Amino acid sequence: METYVLLGADGRLSDEPAARDVTPELCRGLYRDMVLARRLDSEAYSLQRQGELGLWLQCLGQEAAQVGSIRAIRDDDPVFPSYRDHAAALCRGIGPEALLAQWRGVRQSGWDPAEHRFGVYTLVLAAQLLHAVGYAMGVQRDGTDEVVLAYFGDGSSSEGEANEAFNWAATVNAPVVFFCQNNQWAISTPTSRQFGAPLHRRAAGFGLATELVDGNDVLAVHAATRRAAETVRRGGGPALVEATTYRMAGHSTSDDPTRYRTEAELDHWRARDPIDRLRTLLDREGWADEAFHADLDAEADALGAETRRVCRAMPDPDPSTMFDHVLPGGSPVLAAQRDGYAAYLASFEDAS
Amino acid sequence: MTRETFRLPDVGEGLTEADVLQWHVAVGDTVTVNQTLVEVETAKAAVELPCPFDGTVRELLAAEGDTVAVGSPLITIATGAEEPEPAPAASEGSGAVLVGYGTSAAATRRRRRRPVTPEPARPDVGNGNGERPRATPPVRKMAKDAGVDLAAVAHDGERISREDVRRHLERDEAPSTPAEPGETRERIAGVRKATAAAVTASAFTAPHVTEFLTVDVTETVATVAALKEHPAFAGVRVTPLLLVARALLSAIRHHPEVNARWDEANQEIVRLRTVNLGIAAATGRGLIVPNVPDAGSLTLPGLARALEDLTTTARAGRTPPERMRGGTVTITNVGVFGVDAATPILNPGESAILAVGEIARRPWEYRGEVALREVTTLSLSFDHRLVDGELGSRVLARVAAVLRDPARELLLD
Repeated sequence: METYVLLGADGRLSDEPAARDVTPELCRGLYRDMVLARRLDSEAYSLQRQGELGLWLQCLGQEAAQVGSIRAIRDDDPVFPSYRDHAAALCRGIGPEALLAQWRGVRQSGWDPAEHRFGVYTLVLAAQLLHAVGYAMGVQRDGTDEVVLAYFGDGSSSEGEANEAFNWAATVNAPVVFFCQNNQWAISTPTSRQFGAPLHRRAAGFGLATELVDGNDVLAVHAATRRAAETVRRGGGPALVEATTYRMAGHSTSDDPTRYRTEAELDHWRARDPIDRLRTLLDREGWADEAFHADLDAEADALGAETRRVCRAMPDPDPSTMFDHVLPGGSPVLAAQRDGYAAYLASFEDAS
Repeated sequence: MTRETFRLPDVGEGLTEADVLQWHVAVGDTVTVNQTLVEVETAKAAVELPCPFDGTVRELLAAEGDTVAVGSPLITIATGAEEPEPAPAASEGSGAVLVGYGTSAAATRRRRRRPVTPEPARPDVGNGNGERPRATPPVRKMAKDAGVDLAAVAHDGERISREDVRRHLERDEAPSTPAEPGETRERIAGVRKATAAAVTASAFTAPHVTEFLTVDVTETVATVAALKEHPAFAGVRVTPLLLVARALLSAIRHHPEVNARWDEANQEIVRLRTVNLGIAAATGRGLIVPNVPDAGSLTLPGLARALEDLTTTARAGRTPPERMRGGTVTITNVGVFGVDAATPILNPGESAILAVGEIARRPWEYRGEVALREVTTLSLSFDHRLVDGELGSRVLARVAAVLRDPARELLLD
């Protein structure tokens, strides 16, 4: 299967039919989403290095895959993310405080999945794909026309759960789009050691409609995801979109990627930066003026400042609250553990 | 204007302290958010820390070369009104110690448990006249956090100042003995400090036995020369150390019980399935022992590349912390210094270490006559708690057997 591209690495539109649907408004909107996401992501990285976050997993380089896909579905379509999908979350109105709370270790998750139609981050690889299929089966029973979008990565595709989800979704014709951000690296494992056949070919074997798309081309991602989602919405059965992209940062702030990949590889992908690519188009076509960029810079600066402010302002929770959500209604054993822990904390000299 | 303090965070490795390598700012400098302030080195890697505030640098609270505990103040910055920080909670170094295991290990910062029976009230020790030494609350807190008794702090003014406490701390930490003529003194820090702690812990917990075996390695030297010409080893250095490593891996395959660890806390012997092969490396910053994970699974060219990569990375000082954890057995090449043998000290947590002496031509018995042969001495130290003399001897003998005739012995693997 050939990779679907609308906007080449040189910033030129191809002559694919979908290129005719590209409008200046669409490009400006997607560009803004990506710039803001990158700013939030880099602020969060710095906050981790300043000791304000326990961990952060950067989405640097994957903005087009996330923004293009989530902007291609309806605002009420439910999304089941993995844990690096900050750009997608931001598009759903999930702000910096909600995004950072979990990584600061003050809440178990940051937002209400029902309110944003965006699930909580799932760190158990591929578990969210089963959740998504289950939800999609509920959609079938409710008889609505929602399409479920589930994000996952190349590493997750090796989990049994991923393959069970593909198989079952195809079997029951569940209205779900599996969206793989193939960022080339599962921590330090390259895709060459992850699968023998490309994921989109495996997906076709399960009976999924497949798309292979340049994940750093936000316009192609947008068009391909829209196409897949509309097929699913019409009852055409589940689909899988494989977006070829690249994780420009380490796996997490605890990872040193210089150990396992080369500067030459990074250079190759730097030349394919999704934001630069769209900027080239905007500039050449004259679709965004100086005022647009100045406003956007100011908006990004404000988001950066807001991110720092809300992060530091988040209060530490009462340690006893960690027992609150283990079981609905609690249990005598939990209550005893909570009381024991409270007594232990109170045994320190400087306990108030 | 508010004065903010930035404390040394745990950069995510669970380490307890770092050395200040280089300040990128000076007192009086204007700094902006996320500008690099300082480069610090934990016991194992260097990390740049970005500035959390906009403002002007007021004080650098650690000098280059200082060892700083996680959670200790690094720098104070006077901030303008541009980005007001909320509430004292934030300026109290909100969470430089938010995460990780760091602070619990630093003894001076550990929270003390309340005594079960209340201590009788006693007056504060003062300056001889029964008075409590005078100081502002922040200075009291600073002293308390640093474990300093204010009564012992020398001061000129009416009140003890932050500066007085710092001078007191520096007095404790700087080399306290003035250098005699003909000597220089340097503080023990960084890799040197970590090395000292590690070898001391190892030498005095694991009873060491060292055995020696001198072996004719002429065949090994010839094999190395032959492998150098082989296309599979194009672009990679082939040295006798490669075959020593391969020989040790062979010995462990034959005697897997030696690839184990003594777990004192749980009173268990932990047998390890994979061999993470450590290589002791002398670097500009001191001795480090990075390892090749799962070395037993590598082909010989793969092992050669892994060893070369490991040593070049170590010499460049770029070995990341995770490559120095989890070693199961170590080789130290004392031969490069032209010596014959050693009684190596175990890398903590491992049960065997092999020292390789210089390979030199010596008169040696060969086919019933005296000939000049390439000869070296192997020294194997092992943890006698879990490795008996018999096992240790068999391991050493197997290493020697492989080096004596690598081509034949490796076929038997």
